[in-house]
Amino acid sequence: MELLMFNMFGAVAVGCSLLMITSKRPVNSALSLIAVMFALAGLFAMQDAHLIAALQVLVYAGAIMVLFLFVIMLLNLREKIGSESRRQPFAQILVVIVLSAAFAPLAALYDPTAAPVHKSIDQTFGTTAGVGRILFTEYLLPFEIASVLLLAALVGAVVLTKTRLR
Amino acid sequence: MITVNHYIALSAVLFAIGVGGVLTRRNLIVIMMSVELMLNAANLLFIAFARHLGDMGGHVFVFMVMAVAAAEAAVGLAIALALFKNRGTVNTDEINILKG
Repeated sequence: MELLMFNMFGAVAVGCSLLMITSKRPVNSALSLIAVMFALAGLFAMQDAHLIAALQVLVYAGAIMVLFLFVIMLLNLREKIGSESRRQPFAQILVVIVLSAAFAPLAALYDPTAAPVHKSIDQTFGTTAGVGRILFTEYLLPFEIASVLLLAALVGAVVLTKTRLR
Repeated sequence: MITVNHYIALSAVLFAIGVGGVLTRRNLIVIMMSVELMLNAANLLFIAFARHLGDMGGHVFVFMVMAVAAAEAAVGLAIALALFKNRGTVNTDEINILKG
């Protein structure tokens, strides 16, 4: 059952991300990426990361991708005829295969029995309570710094898109 | 039986697809989406190792990566909008004002 789920979500993730980089229209790319986000949320849930799976759907698929779609809609891009050659998808698939052949053997380097495997995790693993507890104790400073980062990004985005600065 | 190695392999393939997108596409928006895909491949690895080692630190890292990705998307898309307003294109071949 676990293998079936992994294969299903993995196939959707890989297939839709290939669609993303090969499709000519940016809107199709964005919609494929949303499908990838959902597949990854499923994989996160399989790994007992319940809060992160929910955040993946809410923040990535819900917020960040909507931002992308808004900008695509605002720019109203049209692919110029002949700007990308017809053989482009083949070149893209070739690049992906070469890079995958370079990266994927990394998996064989890690021995899963090297570290003690925690078959039994406690009840709060990956839940809002569990992640929240260590987020507000052990990782409190990075959490506060992240809020400053988001504020800086907010102000930066407003300043960049303002038409007239005085 | 699914081991952590399966997740490493899947994450590597997704990362490779992201790198391929950045290298072969000319549209700035699609390049930024490929960067998001690479960040997600890294997130998958964090989650897989968090479960494997029984340590929730990985979840916090994914949380931080999401915050950084949101900030990056906001600023990057603002730059793309400003660029489009000034130059009328987001094709990276035509944006070469830094070329000497």
